[in-house]
Amino acid sequence: MREVCVIGCGMTKFGELWAKSFRDIFVEAALKAINDGEVDKIDSMYVGTMSSGLFIGQEHIGALMADYLGVAPIPAVRVESACCSSGMALRMGFFDVASGNSDIVLVGGVEKMTDGADVTYALASAADQEYEVYQGVTFPGLYAMIARAHMYRYGTTREQLAAVAVKNHHNGALNPNAQFQREITVEQVINATLVADPLTILDSSPVSDGAACVILASEELAKSLKKPLIKILGSGAATDSLALHQREEITTLKAVRVSAERAYKMAGINPSDVDFAEVHDCFTIAEICILEELGFVEKGKGGLFTEEGHTSLEGKIPVNTSGGLKSKGHPVGATGIAQVFEVVEQLRNNAGKRQIKNAKIGLAQNMGGTGASSVVHILKNVND
Amino acid sequence: MPSPRYHREIPQRYRLEAVKCNNCSKILFPPRLICPDCGFKQFEKIKLSDEGKIITFTIIRVAPAEFATQVPYSIAIVELNDGVRITTQVVDCKPEDLEIGKFVKLVFRKIQEEGKTGIICYGYKAVLT
Ligand SMILES: [Zn+2]
Repeated sequence: MREVCVIGCGMTKFGELWAKSFRDIFVEAALKAINDGEVDKIDSMYVGTMSSGLFIGQEHIGALMADYLGVAPIPAVRVESACCSSGMALRMGFFDVASGNSDIVLVGGVEKMTDGADVTYALASAADQEYEVYQGVTFPGLYAMIARAHMYRYGTTREQLAAVAVKNHHNGALNPNAQFQREITVEQVINATLVADPLTILDSSPVSDGAACVILASEELAKSLKKPLIKILGSGAATDSLALHQREEITTLKAVRVSAERAYKMAGINPSDVDFAEVHDCFTIAEICILEELGFVEKGKGGLFTEEGHTSLEGKIPVNTSGGLKSKGHPVGATGIAQVFEVVEQLRNNAGKRQIKNAKIGLAQNMGGTGASSVVHILKNVND
Repeated sequence: MPSPRYHREIPQRYRLEAVKCNNCSKILFPPRLICPDCGFKQFEKIKLSDEGKIITFTIIRVAPAEFATQVPYSIAIVELNDGVRITTQVVDCKPEDLEIGKFVKLVFRKIQEEGKTGIICYGYKAVLT
């Protein structure tokens, strides 16, 4: 397999982009990535979107976006894996370049959630329709049950859950692309409107529109274009039961753990080698569980680890420097690539006020549903 | 939902019909065509236990349209006595009565209805015992 580098990236601001259409936000992000990568051709394209059919009644996204980006007749296909659609799309693009089939690939993610569709219904389609959703459970409800079990089993506190949101809003306040650029307090999170006990609205990522794109190229080509070499060292993916109740252990996100193990193995590194990470904090409890599954902290200690500040911008392993899904926003299909956008910005020392020191190896973890699918990518700045 | 889709799930929702793997004895609910543990494809039809205990739970405050008139309502993951876990509402009690480890029994109840002209959908819910 060939080595693969990210040579360009671009994203729209995340938020309620009422004046802009689904296709236009994708093209906006794609043009930024193409401009950043300084490429004059694309060999193929992968577009992650979770539920354009339910959100805006539009399917057949690969061809639509190739047409509107003006790159038809290149091959272009939509990739779907719920909230990790574009993380999985990146994996497809990675193998396309690694295999030698394509030299330059555009991978994007896009979602338009504020055009008036029933968002709760559309998101619930990532859970088991017949045996979870039928009973009246919602996505916040499923994560609330994970939170309750984690608190019961490991003594995780309500304040520790809140610490995730507080930290991510602090980072998001420094990110011009974030939906919510403002700080919040632990008290505000705990006293906010309950969505599904014990989780409040401020434990939850918002409804957002947005798009993000990256340009991948073979290392050889990246060198000839004299681009900063941001190499994808590892890609790992895994699946688990769609229904939360069918997992052996409610607080264990097995697909996250396995996808990370596979990515670490491919990259030839250990969790302790990772300098910073973007992870899938769709709810505060998710970030706590993910820290444990990625091997940054022992099982059950993710809440305390966060509360003690180890995942802050100045901590030993900064997590969600972009603000995460919570503060930056969560246009579901765009999230996986937006995470990689942040990792690349940090590795290029281009993250402005939220830039962390000594960013050499970054990890992006993106998952679908309650963790029934997960994908992990590890990127490294190899310029030195 | 379209009635063929609803009709297909009736044996599980009304009668708790499951299957038990003829090779490794794993119980599958709903039934599947292949055992995820051992790959065997022959099963014996069984009825699930209708008693169990709460593994975890939540109180839904913001609900999808079909359940909007029911909020707040309790949802739990229940482990039945035969080891099978299900997601179900817990009813006939106050949300603050729920605790992890409390015992429940499954009862037959209306779950949702499809607006003015659609069918009324039934299934299992749990009550504290
Ligand atoms: Zn079996």
